[in-house]
Amino acid sequence: MSSAAVASILKTTPFHPRTSPLVRAQTWRRWAGYQVASAYEPHPDREYAAIRNAAALLDVSPLFKYRISGPDAARLLDRMVTRDVAKCRVGQVLYTPWCDVHGKVIDDGTISRLDDQTFRLTSAEPNLRWLSMNAVGLDVVIEDVSERTGALALQGPLSRTILQLLTPADLSTLKYFRLVNTTVRDIPVTISRTGYTGDLGYELWVDAERAVPLWDALIAAGTPYGITPAGIWALDLARIEAGLVMLDVDYFSAHRAMIEDQKSSPFELNLAWTVSADKGPHNGRRALRAERTAGSAWGFVGLDVDWTSLERIYAERGLPPQLPTVAWRTSSPVYKAANQIGYATSGCWSPLLKKYLALAHLTAPHFTPNTDVELEVTVEHRRKRASAVVKKLPFFDPPRKKE
Amino acid sequence: MTAPSPAARRSSPVAPKYDAIIIGGGHNGLVCAAYLARAGRKTLVLERRPLVGGAAVTEQIFPGFKFSVFSYVVSLLRPEIIRDLDLPGHGLQILPLESTVTPLDNGDYLAGWADPDETRRELMRHSPRDAEAAIEFGRLMHHMAMAVKPILGMVPPDPSSLAPSDLRGLLKLGGHLRDLGAERFHALYKLMTMSSADYLDEWYEFDPLKATKSASGIIGTFLGPRSPGSAYVLLHHYMGEIDGAFRAWGFQKGGTGAISEAIASAACSLGAEIRTNATVERVLVKDGRAQGVVLENGDEIAAPIVVSGLDPRRTFLQLVDRKELPGDLAEEVERYKFRGSSGKVNLALSGLPEFTCLPGVGPHHRGAFSISPSVEYLERAYDDAKYGNFSRHPYMDIVFPSMIDPGMAPPGKHVMSIFVQYAPYNIAGGWDDARREAFGDAVIKTVARYAPNIESLILHRQVLTPADIERITGLSEGNIFQGELALHQLFFLRPAAKSAKYRTPIKGYWQCGAGTHPGGGIMGASGRLAAMEIIS
Ligand SMILES: Cc1cc2nc3c(=O)[nH]c(=O)nc-3n(C[C@H](O)[C@H](O)[C@H](O)COP(=O)(O)OP(=O)(O)OC[C@H]3O[C@@H](n4cnc5c(N)ncnc54)[C@H](O)[C@@H]3O)c2cc1C
Repeated sequence: MSSAAVASILKTTPFHPRTSPLVRAQTWRRWAGYQVASAYEPHPDREYAAIRNAAALLDVSPLFKYRISGPDAARLLDRMVTRDVAKCRVGQVLYTPWCDVHGKVIDDGTISRLDDQTFRLTSAEPNLRWLSMNAVGLDVVIEDVSERTGALALQGPLSRTILQLLTPADLSTLKYFRLVNTTVRDIPVTISRTGYTGDLGYELWVDAERAVPLWDALIAAGTPYGITPAGIWALDLARIEAGLVMLDVDYFSAHRAMIEDQKSSPFELNLAWTVSADKGPHNGRRALRAERTAGSAWGFVGLDVDWTSLERIYAERGLPPQLPTVAWRTSSPVYKAANQIGYATSGCWSPLLKKYLALAHLTAPHFTPNTDVELEVTVEHRRKRASAVVKKLPFFDPPRKKE
Repeated sequence: MTAPSPAARRSSPVAPKYDAIIIGGGHNGLVCAAYLARAGRKTLVLERRPLVGGAAVTEQIFPGFKFSVFSYVVSLLRPEIIRDLDLPGHGLQILPLESTVTPLDNGDYLAGWADPDETRRELMRHSPRDAEAAIEFGRLMHHMAMAVKPILGMVPPDPSSLAPSDLRGLLKLGGHLRDLGAERFHALYKLMTMSSADYLDEWYEFDPLKATKSASGIIGTFLGPRSPGSAYVLLHHYMGEIDGAFRAWGFQKGGTGAISEAIASAACSLGAEIRTNATVERVLVKDGRAQGVVLENGDEIAAPIVVSGLDPRRTFLQLVDRKELPGDLAEEVERYKFRGSSGKVNLALSGLPEFTCLPGVGPHHRGAFSISPSVEYLERAYDDAKYGNFSRHPYMDIVFPSMIDPGMAPPGKHVMSIFVQYAPYNIAGGWDDARREAFGDAVIKTVARYAPNIESLILHRQVLTPADIERITGLSEGNIFQGELALHQLFFLRPAAKSAKYRTPIKGYWQCGAGTHPGGGIMGASGRLAAMEIIS
């Protein structure tokens, strides 16, 4: 037996000292080279319920985070992404994808305007090289602050009540997709009213050294309000209900795709609203303009799978419908009559809506809402088809998200 | 909740404004109204109390604390109703309730946790044999529940009838039972006839486990764990668990009243009208046909269809004149057994009680506590009731709703819901304030055996005896299921041979409460099936 320590392959987040003892069934998962909780309890039910009924606390530190500053910071981002960064005011946050020259999505994330010349960009994959390539000739400084910055998402209907107990900032005036630089107890944080759940919620950005006290303060204040640490399984259910796309699950980065078919434009990801029609030159502008005029080959939509038809195909085998308790991420064919018209990329039983939901890419014209389609389902090793109806996303969009 | 506008009254002086009137805004009445409205019938619900829900209501008995006053967990609500009425869109939100802890008399505990491995390890501590049996037992009960499930969704066919629809129903049922195979059919037969404790004896050896499992066989009945017939009630409660796969078991956000409100909201959005504080005095009957209703305040409301969501005694013996009914039916209804046996104690607490067997505050406070340390304990509790007393040491099912939905109590404070068995309706000497409080004291004293600091935490206590349940909800004799779930009162005999299938001998007069097939609990099945019969 060698006594030398074996180096861990995965990094841990600044909140690890607090999250680690809570992962009761060692259900960890990889996220961008980090180890994060899939769930703290063996099943995500209660963690998910906290997102929709109380408040869930999620460690989202593995996101890539870049600090972009200098006189040309806005120009760099504006050149890169599809939304109009010039219109982004200080204290505002934009959700946006960014494309290659052919108008195919590379990644998506948020841009926070911290002050006139300083932005924070988040992304699912590393983008330092792409940022630097786009910055040629511009007066900007790009810093990768991923490891220096801890990030927590506090999501759910009671998130504001809890956070307001801890911060002098007036959260009742902090609008959806706005941020404020403030403190929690005496810890300097940026609070943005953002998240990946489609619910009322906030994300907190903190120096890694102050991460643990921030966690402790939130847990202490939130306990009487049912604050619940939640992992990625719970988040995945919520984001499907909210119809939010996930890189590597619902689409592939144009930088990583092996073949053209694996790429998607923003229009094909239900992100038409993020493509500015009137902003200046930016990556993919020509292709995107052409696609806007000509229409897209694909659409990204929701599927509401008909329960009765599921029951029928399971009953043929003497079983009640059997669905996983966590979201699935295996591509499943979607049919219309004899033809395959697309594929579903992720899906779940929605504990809230009491529906079996999926996110799907469908070819034109089948992505029109209320189109009847069929989803392939494997029942006892046999391929079956369940009826489903095309729905506009999101499935769930409570008024409290923006109120 | 909407009063008829004067304009609407004026515009049709002769023709009745409503196609159907539902008496009673219990959850079944509301479900029935929603389905009738969905089929385009102009439907009016008349509820006696200021709020809808019947035995499924949430009220602030003490300022800042919300109580699911009577029923407190949901497990049986039919998934097709949730879908058809889009109840999630109207506020249905069921939160998970995960564990059951049974404190034992030796200071230890028995727990069933959410995770199967954790539960098995826990059972192994007490009986390795039972830990294995539990898996097989679970599978068998799953099959039993699957076998009974279609029956819950069907209008019971009458075996003595030669009508094609009845024959078709019987054939379908016969085929269904034949498909079960001999082994499962025998298991079903046993479940239908045995006592829950005897049935569980065939499976388990650890007594507190048998006690805790058999407890669901006595809920709402005047049976002990060793009384034949209690095994069926066990199955009735197990029904919810197969739908557990679809995650519909747990605690409604805002308490069970929020379920009633969700159904009411769905009904209203489909065009139904609901009037509260509207007590129906009697049903108007002319030439053997229902014509409408008369309210307590003298108002008459006409409709060709009148549906009672009340229990059979009120439906037949209170709302209509006996002379409208065939004599034998009235007698049968008189014999129909209620015998309420359950009480409820609701507490507002300044903090959480600590259980000696599992010190501190922990995840177990988010689940149920079952006071069922042994089968003998339960049987003795029943003995007290048999002879006209409340149980000195009752069976109790305890939950802390505020631990599941923080909105139920002010931050840091809690509500505690204690379902208690037995408290017989026919208590010796009759229920009065002194006996009610003595019953409440017995409950708290028994809880204190396991959680000694309970008494110091109580800010407010609400004690409900079967007499109180009857007075407030109208449930005769306080029976929580609108009549016992006994075999002779089920299926085509619920509530009576001549009045199953939601009909009555009076044309246009129907029933839709839990006193009809398939019976009690927050299920909605009676309301839905009644509506489908009325529409067809
Ligand atoms: C203490 C207790 C605990 C329970 N716990 C659970 C549980 O945890 N889970 C579960 O699933 N089930 C539980 N149950 C059972 C369940 O609540 C009932 O079986 C079910 O709610 C019955 O519903 P219903 O609509 O058929 O009838 P009811 O709820 O009885 O509705 C009848 C309605 O009619 C109204 N009414 C009466 N007379 C008149 C009149 N003359 N005019 C107009 N309106 C009138 C009443 O006010 C009432 O609203 C419990 C019941 C009780 C009492």
